[in-house]
Amino acid sequence: MHELAVTKSILKLALEHTHQNHGECVISIFLIIGEMRNLEQDWIQRYFDYISKETAAEGAVINVKKVPVIFLCKSCEKQFTTNLKEDKKILCPHCSSFEYDLVSGREFIVEKLEIK
Amino acid sequence: MMDEIRIIDVRKNILSDNENEAEIIRQDLANKNIFMVNVMASPGAGKTSLIIQTLRRLKKQLRLAVIEGDIESTVDAEKIQAEGIPAVQIRTGGACHLDAPMVTAALDKLELSRVDMVFIENIGNLICPAEFDTGANLQVMILSVPEGDDKVLKYPLMFTVSDVLIVNKMDYLAGSDFNLEVLRRRAHELNPRIHIFEISCKTGLGLDEWCSWLLEITKNKIMS
Repeated sequence: MHELAVTKSILKLALEHTHQNHGECVISIFLIIGEMRNLEQDWIQRYFDYISKETAAEGAVINVKKVPVIFLCKSCEKQFTTNLKEDKKILCPHCSSFEYDLVSGREFIVEKLEIK
Repeated sequence: MMDEIRIIDVRKNILSDNENEAEIIRQDLANKNIFMVNVMASPGAGKTSLIIQTLRRLKKQLRLAVIEGDIESTVDAEKIQAEGIPAVQIRTGGACHLDAPMVTAALDKLELSRVDMVFIENIGNLICPAEFDTGANLQVMILSVPEGDDKVLKYPLMFTVSDVLIVNKMDYLAGSDFNLEVLRRRAHELNPRIHIFEISCKTGLGLDEWCSWLLEITKNKIMS
């Protein structure tokens, strides 16, 4: 159900932008999704195929660019990434600081469309 | 010309419609001096119990109301109404989260001129409710001791969107391998701003502390 609600929003955005740009149909959809989002490309595509039937987006291919989880260290101002699924302390690998902000990993964007 | 394949830039947040609606809700509630709290957790973590215990402690100071999200049943709304507090049930008919349009519809059913604070009991899971902004001012998640201290690793997004982490069922701590220190470290690493309260809805542990904190921030918000 989670992917379905999200997929409906993707379809709506794709159809709106295709219409605004006087396109006839959508060939592919490019998404940018942060690693922290629990979304699987296969499922988005499966739901999309189902809900886009008989629309201008029927048959469109979904491409997902995953964005890693990146933190910005407040002490040395360098960026670093980490695997959140592993149980290890998160600290800046450059200066060992525990003070940092999350700068990416939660993205959820329709980046562009390929239309004709 | 029409058959030419073109790339068009969209650069829009997938959930922007929901987020826009959530902002409208927040603005509307601010105008009406109402504070809204979104309670999220797994099934059985104690969402209804926490809300009921909080209502009992705050109902003398604040005029309260509850929006109950439930996939099919109405048992939770009935429990709230038994406390003498207005409750609106949203039956999502299978959807696993509440979104801003559903909350708008529920708020319309409440007599908002007689309300200071609204609780939303979201649908029980730690995934989708984290994705959909409901328009609430405060995001509260509950993790109960029997669920384990490793949930931060499995559901990181939920911990990054929450302002408050309530550790419920502290009465189960003895004899379990739940490590509070590890949980605190994991939660703070991901979200340094998160406030953590350790409670037991059964024994009453920590509930007064949580309620005084909540009352304080609510008063600051609705009286400013």
